Amino acid sequence: MATEILMPALSPTMEEGTLAKWLVREGDSVSSGDILAEIETDKATMEFEAVDEGIVGKILVAEGTTNVKVNTPIAVLVEDGESADTAAASPATASPATDTAKPEPRPVAAAARSAPPAPPQVDAAPDWPEDTPMKTMTVREALREAMLEEMTRDEDVYLMGEEVGEYQGAYKISQGLLEKFGAKRVIDTPITEHGFTGIAVGSAMGGLRPIVEFMTFNFAMQAIDQIINSAAKTLYMSGGQMGCPIVFRGPNGAAARVGAQHSQDYAAWYAMVPGLRVVMPYSAADAKGLLKTAIRDPNPVIFLENEILYGRSFEVPDLEDFTIPFGKAKIWREGSDVTLVSFGIGVGHALEAAENLAGDGISAEVIDLRTLRPMDTATVIKSVMKTNRCVTVEEGWPVGSIGSYVSSVIMQEAFDYLDAPVITCTGKDVPMPYAANLEKLALITPQEIVAAVKEVTYR
Amino acid sequence: MAARKASDKSNASKDELLKFYREMLLIRRFEEKAGQLYGMGLIGGFCHLYIGQEAVVVGLEAAAEDGDKRITSYRDHGHMLACGMDPKGVMAELTGRGGGYSKGKGGSMHMFSREKHFYGGHGIVGAQVPLGAGLAFADKYKENGRVTFAYFGDGAANQGQVYETFNMAALWKLPVVFVIENNQYAMGTAQKRSTSTPDLHTRGEAFGIPGEIVDGMDVLAVKAASAKAVAHCRSGDGPYILEIKTYRYRGHSMSDPAKYRTRDEVQKMREERDAIEHVRELLLQGKHASEDDLKAIDKEIKVIVNDAAEFAKESPEPALAELWTDIYA
Repeated sequence: MATEILMPALSPTMEEGTLAKWLVREGDSVSSGDILAEIETDKATMEFEAVDEGIVGKILVAEGTTNVKVNTPIAVLVEDGESADTAAASPATASPATDTAKPEPRPVAAAARSAPPAPPQVDAAPDWPEDTPMKTMTVREALREAMLEEMTRDEDVYLMGEEVGEYQGAYKISQGLLEKFGAKRVIDTPITEHGFTGIAVGSAMGGLRPIVEFMTFNFAMQAIDQIINSAAKTLYMSGGQMGCPIVFRGPNGAAARVGAQHSQDYAAWYAMVPGLRVVMPYSAADAKGLLKTAIRDPNPVIFLENEILYGRSFEVPDLEDFTIPFGKAKIWREGSDVTLVSFGIGVGHALEAAENLAGDGISAEVIDLRTLRPMDTATVIKSVMKTNRCVTVEEGWPVGSIGSYVSSVIMQEAFDYLDAPVITCTGKDVPMPYAANLEKLALITPQEIVAAVKEVTYR
Repeated sequence: MAARKASDKSNASKDELLKFYREMLLIRRFEEKAGQLYGMGLIGGFCHLYIGQEAVVVGLEAAAEDGDKRITSYRDHGHMLACGMDPKGVMAELTGRGGGYSKGKGGSMHMFSREKHFYGGHGIVGAQVPLGAGLAFADKYKENGRVTFAYFGDGAANQGQVYETFNMAALWKLPVVFVIENNQYAMGTAQKRSTSTPDLHTRGEAFGIPGEIVDGMDVLAVKAASAKAVAHCRSGDGPYILEIKTYRYRGHSMSDPAKYRTRDEVQKMREERDAIEHVRELLLQGKHASEDDLKAIDKEIKVIVNDAAEFAKESPEPALAELWTDIYA
């Protein structure tokens, strides 16, 4: 049976090309792999090989023809003794089946409305019962307790990182864990972030539940390809077959006087990536409850801690097994004049600003997002519908910041409620300087938050 | 075709030779069909064919046991067929259809099968190497005696993370076979233009990882080397490196104009060193099969490949709701 030879697509973007030269003539026998023609694409001149064997019965498109569309028959291949004219050539192509159903609307924020929207539903349930006994604990102790409890609970959980074992943790978060669980489950790595992150991700695909400690998140940039391309995308790329339950944790953001390469907030970087969960706690209770949730989560979780907060003490519920769900913001302080939205160490600055503002008769509501992906924007929207003003607070840079995203959501979902533009208080748009006075200037301060609030409240 | 003088050094049985012949031919015919469907616009984007390298995976897989794992780069169709994945599901993924292994969401470079312990299908050169060591890490942790095959090319052999991985794999005695498929070209760059020393099997020496060079156009030699490497890993002695000298007949990807090597070079390999032709000669010379027997196999393979292509054309595109699924478990 005769077969049509079609103009091939020879690059991902080729739609048409020039049939530069025929290297066979009518009547020639060809077999698989023989070059039939030279074809010019937009990028290069390519040799076009035969796939089937047969005799070139007829050349349909002469050499030198330009703008030959992909899939146009250019020749007919016949079997021995068959004529190209009598044989009804069977087209070797089939058009792809197309799904003509309309796409589902994307879950975007609301379109234009005639009436102001109703406040969204929020989960305002308390994180723990009211009469729960509490204990005072540092963020450091809370993180260690979370790992200790989860490693006790599940033998597939292990901790890997630089100096997590014998050194007892560069910031002492893993103190005592080596003695408790042994070197099989508390693993000191060489200084090789790209490599050990890849190994940890592979081990998660292989059925374990690793906790990877980065000495600081600055060093995770060496490994960000494995975090995003391998950990975050594989579930999707595998059509749901191959998950990656892993926690990447460590201090993030500025410490003190450690210079540009050791002082960066990665919240907005990771929060952009679908497939990742991103957590950035402020208090010890949240650090513990959210880390336990992170270790149990079947997805890759970025858990951003802060060196300055490690030694700070908070009240933590004294419960045997206490977790905080992802995607639930916490209202630290209720208020009626302005909403302050922050996360991580920024919450401390926002609370200090709110205290100062109270002295001036301005009542600020302080919301701690706690998790940035998923993000509880409903709690923010509900608050803004009450206060009509909002200031966001974060340590990271201004362009493409978490505050930019929060303010865009407020604009789309509560535009009619706003009495002033949202102000995003961020770190300055500079690499972190070393000099004490300049570093102070680069960081976000409670005074700047107070000034922003006065601007949006027109005081 | 003037095949080289066939030498049967491992006294392979008739059944084994027929199995190798069938498996390698399936990969070749499948890839030829994929190239054809690409030309017709039914496969889009990047498509990296395995034609010429068939003996590598087929020989390696011959020493694998049930539960052993494999992971590779973007030139992955051959690996999937060799570990027993369904040609229909693979081809349908190439055409981006719902019946593909990743429901059409992965494409040529990103397919997986938990059932067959195939862990992808990775598009960033070298990234699969630490991932493969990680799979071996999990097996060692679970003390289940499994071995992982981590495949990468001569191009990836120059990535830094490969050596970070060599160090830790040796340090922690991970049961992983590092398979360097040296097809001599990193995309369009010949090995001598990219590599300061030509031998890749010695790249583990600094870490104490044994390695050897293997003729990748001889499936029996590959199988023998694989068995040795696997035994080393399974006995708890840590990783092993196999540098398998092979050759890809086609371009790096479909849009490769192949100006970096001569047509004669390719033709010479095809005529003198073809791995399938080699086994064919062994079968005929050993009187294990007649021309007619082999023709019957060719026909059988053609049917499998045509069925896969038909399935891949007929399978519907993924439902639009699939855009939003499988982002989180």
